[in-house]
Amino acid sequence: MQFIGGFIVPLFFAVITIFGFVKKVPLLDTFVVGVKKGIKTTIGIVPSIIALVIAINMLKSSGFLDILSELSSPVCNLVSIPKEILPLCLIRPVSGSGANAIFNDLITQYGPDSIIGKTASVIVGSTETTFYAVAIYYGAIGIKRSGATIPCALMADITSMIISCILIKFGI
Amino acid sequence: MLNILWGIFIIISFVASLITGNTAELSTGIIDGASESVSLIITIGAMICLWSGIMEIAQKSGFTNLLAYCLSPVISRLFPEYKNDKSITGAISMNITANLLGLGNAATPFGLEAIKLMHKHDKISDTASKSMATFVVLNTASIQLLPTTVAALRRAAGSADPMDILPFVWISSACALFVGLTSIKLLYSDRKG
Repeated sequence: MQFIGGFIVPLFFAVITIFGFVKKVPLLDTFVVGVKKGIKTTIGIVPSIIALVIAINMLKSSGFLDILSELSSPVCNLVSIPKEILPLCLIRPVSGSGANAIFNDLITQYGPDSIIGKTASVIVGSTETTFYAVAIYYGAIGIKRSGATIPCALMADITSMIISCILIKFGI
Repeated sequence: MLNILWGIFIIISFVASLITGNTAELSTGIIDGASESVSLIITIGAMICLWSGIMEIAQKSGFTNLLAYCLSPVISRLFPEYKNDKSITGAISMNITANLLGLGNAATPFGLEAIKLMHKHDKISDTASKSMATFVVLNTASIQLLPTTVAALRRAAGSADPMDILPFVWISSACALFVGLTSIKLLYSDRKG
């Protein structure tokens, strides 16, 4: 499995290149055209990324997540999310690198095969950095009214967190 | 929503720092945030350029059409209004494939291409359509068959079997996707009615 994981990027690249080769696509020229488009796309999302990363960094450094984690622990007990996992759940939708750091601390401290370690693994594996995704996708095309997107995406995140805890807790 | 949320993030950070006494940390946090964002852009930009190049070859060679054909039952269900537009379904299927394979940094560039094309097709300037919301939720629900990053971290921490969480990850992602898509369906049909 680990081998396959490390092999996918070159495989994907190679399959597409072979496809292009067979279909007689001018490979380098086409690749360069794509990269040019990529540069444009990147420039388009720069402002949203700067704005978002500053706000997320402020949230992290202000200690707000600690306060929130303290306040919401009774609710989490109800839905069977262990309190050790709570900071991970709170940071996951806003910061991918922050979530990875907390996840790493958890599995080092409690062990990757402990209940807490496994629950954390399933949560990180089955959720995404929601705010970041919304900000870049909508930032790239100048969407200002995101409508129901964020609430729906957060509902999905919460579902996956609760399900992960239940699955591991009852060892289904 | 994003405008309001961004403002709320800034204001609660300020208030929270007064409560926790982390004002000095917040001060460095702001400055670090600005410089971190630039290094993040360089990493993401490199990924976007690489995968956009590959995407271009995939499009020109007909690889994306083949993928779109394989995924057409899913795509025509989720995004009925784009089912006849080959460039959009192609980009969506590249994004879905990259997600499934756990290629997170490829999924974003493909997804950006897809949403740009959707936006061009829709001609609505600043409001997210139902399809856009569906697409974003499809990406945030993280439908991956191989959670490679998590497995690598688990292995490094000395797990006996880093991939033994796989079935749980699949069940959990599937439930999340179901809830996400259902809530979009409900919320958007409410608005019309």
